[in-house]
Amino acid sequence: MAQGHAVKRYTGLLDWLTTVDHKKIGILYLLAGGLFFLIGGFEAILIRIQLMDPDNTYFVGATFNALTTMHGTTMIFFAAMPIIFGFMNAIVPLQIGARDVAYPFVNALGFWLFFFGGLLMNLSWILNYFGATGVPDAGWTGYAPLSSAHSESIGGVDFYVLGLQVAGIGTLIGGINFLVTIINMRAPGMSYMRMPLFTWASFITSALILFAFPAITVGLVLLMFDRLFDANFFDVVDGGNPVIWEHIFWIFGHPEVYILILPGFGIISEIVSVFSRKVLFGYSTMVFATILIGFLGFMVWVHHMFTVGLGFTANALFAIATMLIAIPTGVKIFNWLFTMWGGQISFTTANLFATGFIPTFVMGGVTGVLLAVPSADFQFHDSYFVVAHFHYVIVGGLVLGFFAGLYYWWPKLFGTMLNETLGKIQFWTFFIGFHLTFFVQHFLGLLGMPRRVFTYEKGVGMELGNYISTLGAFLMGISTLILIYNIVVTTIKNKRVGADPWDGRTLEWAISSPAPEYNFAQTPLVRGLDALWHEKTADDGDGKMKPAEPLGEIHMPSPSWLPIAMSFGLFVSGFGFMYRHYEIAIIGIVITLVCMFLRSVYDDHGFHISVEEVCETEGIEVPKSKAEEAHS
Amino acid sequence: MSAPHSNEAVNGRLETATLEGRNKVLGFWLFLGGETVLFGCLFATFLALRNQVNDGPGGMDLFEFNIVAWATFLLLTSSMTSVMAIVEMHRGNVQMMRLWFIVTVLLGAGFLGLEIYEFIHYLNLGLGFTVSAFSSAFYTLVGFHGAHVAFGILWIALLVIQSYKKGLTTVTAPKFYVAALYWHFVDLVWVFIFTIVYLMGRVG
Amino acid sequence: MFSQRKSSWLVILLVLVSVFVLTGCGDESISVMKPSGPVAEEQLWLMKLGITIMVFVVVVVFAIWGYVLYKFRKRKGEQDKTEAIDKQVQGNHLYEIIWTVIPFILLVILAVPTLTSLYKHEKTYSKEEALQIKVVGHQFWWEFQYKDMGITTAQDLYIPTGKKIQFDLTASDVIHSFWVPAIAGKTDNNPGLNNEMWFQADKEGIFRGKCAELCGASHALMDFKVIAISPEKFEKWAKDFKALKDNPKTADAKEGQAVFANKCLMCHAVGEAGGKIGPSLTTIGDRTEIAGILPNDKTKLGQEVNPKLFRDNMDNWLTNTNTVKPGNKMGIIPLTNKEKNALIEYLAGLKLEQ
Repeated sequence: MAQGHAVKRYTGLLDWLTTVDHKKIGILYLLAGGLFFLIGGFEAILIRIQLMDPDNTYFVGATFNALTTMHGTTMIFFAAMPIIFGFMNAIVPLQIGARDVAYPFVNALGFWLFFFGGLLMNLSWILNYFGATGVPDAGWTGYAPLSSAHSESIGGVDFYVLGLQVAGIGTLIGGINFLVTIINMRAPGMSYMRMPLFTWASFITSALILFAFPAITVGLVLLMFDRLFDANFFDVVDGGNPVIWEHIFWIFGHPEVYILILPGFGIISEIVSVFSRKVLFGYSTMVFATILIGFLGFMVWVHHMFTVGLGFTANALFAIATMLIAIPTGVKIFNWLFTMWGGQISFTTANLFATGFIPTFVMGGVTGVLLAVPSADFQFHDSYFVVAHFHYVIVGGLVLGFFAGLYYWWPKLFGTMLNETLGKIQFWTFFIGFHLTFFVQHFLGLLGMPRRVFTYEKGVGMELGNYISTLGAFLMGISTLILIYNIVVTTIKNKRVGADPWDGRTLEWAISSPAPEYNFAQTPLVRGLDALWHEKTADDGDGKMKPAEPLGEIHMPSPSWLPIAMSFGLFVSGFGFMYRHYEIAIIGIVITLVCMFLRSVYDDHGFHISVEEVCETEGIEVPKSKAEEAHS
Repeated sequence: MSAPHSNEAVNGRLETATLEGRNKVLGFWLFLGGETVLFGCLFATFLALRNQVNDGPGGMDLFEFNIVAWATFLLLTSSMTSVMAIVEMHRGNVQMMRLWFIVTVLLGAGFLGLEIYEFIHYLNLGLGFTVSAFSSAFYTLVGFHGAHVAFGILWIALLVIQSYKKGLTTVTAPKFYVAALYWHFVDLVWVFIFTIVYLMGRVG
Repeated sequence: MFSQRKSSWLVILLVLVSVFVLTGCGDESISVMKPSGPVAEEQLWLMKLGITIMVFVVVVVFAIWGYVLYKFRKRKGEQDKTEAIDKQVQGNHLYEIIWTVIPFILLVILAVPTLTSLYKHEKTYSKEEALQIKVVGHQFWWEFQYKDMGITTAQDLYIPTGKKIQFDLTASDVIHSFWVPAIAGKTDNNPGLNNEMWFQADKEGIFRGKCAELCGASHALMDFKVIAISPEKFEKWAKDFKALKDNPKTADAKEGQAVFANKCLMCHAVGEAGGKIGPSLTTIGDRTEIAGILPNDKTKLGQEVNPKLFRDNMDNWLTNTNTVKPGNKMGIIPLTNKEKNALIEYLAGLKLEQ
């Protein structure tokens, strides 16, 4: 049916490898992120098995360090980040009434870069047996000189450096893509202050990515030069300074925390509002708080470094800046509570996760304020108290938010609905398992247990807490298996649901589930906050979006092999660097450059979806005038 | 307010006539924002390590101001010629635009040649990459910039070749425009390198 | 739905609280919650202040949360509400100001003691005011140099009670972090840089020290002990330490001394003589633990070393060094059984006269 230019439209696997459709890329992100989440989760369970008893010797020494390093790095960079991008891809264009993202090609490129980066790093477990010596084991923070020590050995931290470098480029261009999409591609009437909170959060997160990821890029370059080419950035003997790495890492690392949590806030804001059947309380302060958190996120990195010895002034300033973040965060919490106040709360699985998020995140937040007090932090720092804190924030905040979003948007992604009973079982096992695992860890830290240790003192009260913590981890593992079972069952049953199963408020619920290739047959006209709810309840609304344009041909970008090929080039070059075969590294980079050349020289004219095809998909009659045009 | 989806030209400029063009220009500005952070971190690292010469030569012993001054002259002039190219593009004069871009590329290549010569010179004076923290930081910062120049030369040269076949359209105009933006950015970074690495290095 | 939620919460909380009431606040030798010096005491006080404020916040939020979920839950058979947005509550300036201002006030209450105590903890003390000790972190052991006393030792840090100890912290290889939870919070040992911190122990005892920054395979095993004794005992310890002569008494020990000189001395020092790559073994016979982790007295960390245990542990260490402390730089030294026994005999005798 394609008109104008003849473009191959692939089907099956080829379609997924070449797609530039944001919805499919969103699903790819969720799938790949989910896979890495399982790997990272499995590593976590192994860690907890080792710590179940102080005498265990299953994973000790470098192996244990490799487990913690890979768990942290995988979860942050290859599970949390792609899942965020998955939701952003799947939902943001729909929420702003756009047909696609600003750069569909770059979008696909971002995914494949992330995927090959994650693959590169995780292959270390296997390549360990084929010539490479070791799995990254210097912690997810990769502190130099432990990570940078000049070494003849191949592998180890190289996997971390090269994997993150490749994936980081993908994340950066993804961030730029969403900034431009949200600035330039909103439907008529969708002013900034009418954007759904999830879109707002994605916007701020993308801005943080833009300004934070270049820092880690530089850090990784320095680390790579130290390891591969004997540079002296972190080598004390030759004049280097390891504290530079800590600064660069946390200038990136702290904003990264907000990159992770803000989309979680966004998801919660959507879900709490829909399932209370009320508009979000204090929308504009919510937006302002999000911006403020993003802004302050760049001014607090030294609170990760209170024990480095930067002196009174630096520590004091950063302590106060850190405390200030509690205020906009608190505003958000109260706004969620008052969104529910006076509403009509239904406890769907999505909303269970969302309401469970609130107290959990509050607990993570208040320990964050405690950590902002430098003198107290001298005790908390690098102890299990910190481990408990950031898992409360990241698992209790982000992962609960993800699960909420997954149950909430599953119908829009796949046109089916996850089983609610299984979902509720999953919620309770996860929620209880989570608190069992991590609540006790606060006390373990205060009892004197440092983080990243494979054993601990006997007879000083740490055994019971660790035992409980491991049991909780098992429960979270079971919960994840229940989710997988739920997904399988739901997919096999394939019971279709309608466009708007939750009685939603925002634009994505105005189109069929799953969304058609072109999203909106006609670009909608947005007439208020919660655009769809407005049409459902306004005096002149009929529950459907008003179109902002007549029905017409829809221009679509062509699928392309170049994104996967470009990413593969960098993947190859990563291995070239790692095995010190620089000719292979150069071949890899040349593959990437050739792809860039092809992309520049051959313009993509895309293709058009005809009015007939649109009407057929939408199940409406072809307007008379258009039908005549097509026949003439 | 949101952008119109039609193809009407904004301000009569070819590079922002289509939504794709506007996306490209905006996205590229944002990308340069990220690049600023990237160079900021490299500068900060250099500043932290610039006195760590570790028995090797330092900036005071090395820097050849003749070379650096000529390099600066070439690069700043190329910035001006890229402006001229864009001015001609806005006039719709594809020949002149091409000519100015070719001059830009040549000047850039001249800069790069001087830089390579300069590096070899320093190498001969005993400033190897692995000699000290200063040498690592110096070559990394200046080399990163040099790599940006090299990429810019290849990119603009490719666009010049394309301009013979494709001419000036709403598809090619944004490409020329962002390439020129990129070139200005690279020049701007050089101004900072000149100040922070060479002038401050001279003062010690 | 809500009652289920509420009860599970209560169960979790009750289990956890009772667990920690039963175990108490941990052990005096290591727990942050049982401080034995002014620095840790003040840090605990700050934590308590912070936790009190935060518990207040948590209680308020949880109460509103519980009330809202219960009161506004959708009842069975209830009609869906479909109100237009302009009829719904969209915000309330008074409330929003209240929940911005109150947290701000709470933070100010926390911020003032934060700054004053930080100022105290970041202070440095001169030679006249405090005992000066340089601490060097190595993979995976601790070196202690008493700057003005000419004493260098490892693993066991003897300090006088009631006196400020001023530390100068650095590292020889990678970053380590010096932490004695019961006496003070941690400060990093950065290679190539010098950090300062101070603490003071108010009562006698043996306190466990930890490395708190990931430093390699045996990071978990990089333990040390702080042994706080009265100033009189400390004087005597220092005098005895300096007076110690390397004169083995038995024939076995003499043979062991020769083995030591042959195989160990390039890395380990006894007294003034010997290498500095490994820990000084000057008073190894007195150490609370071998390699910082194999206790010489199993019953309780006593000052009395059980000679039998010492011999067993030293044998274990010399035979299985790579599994006892993975990744350590010593590795297995090839020794005949006879050499090993003689060496152990010699090392056991390296102790101060009691």
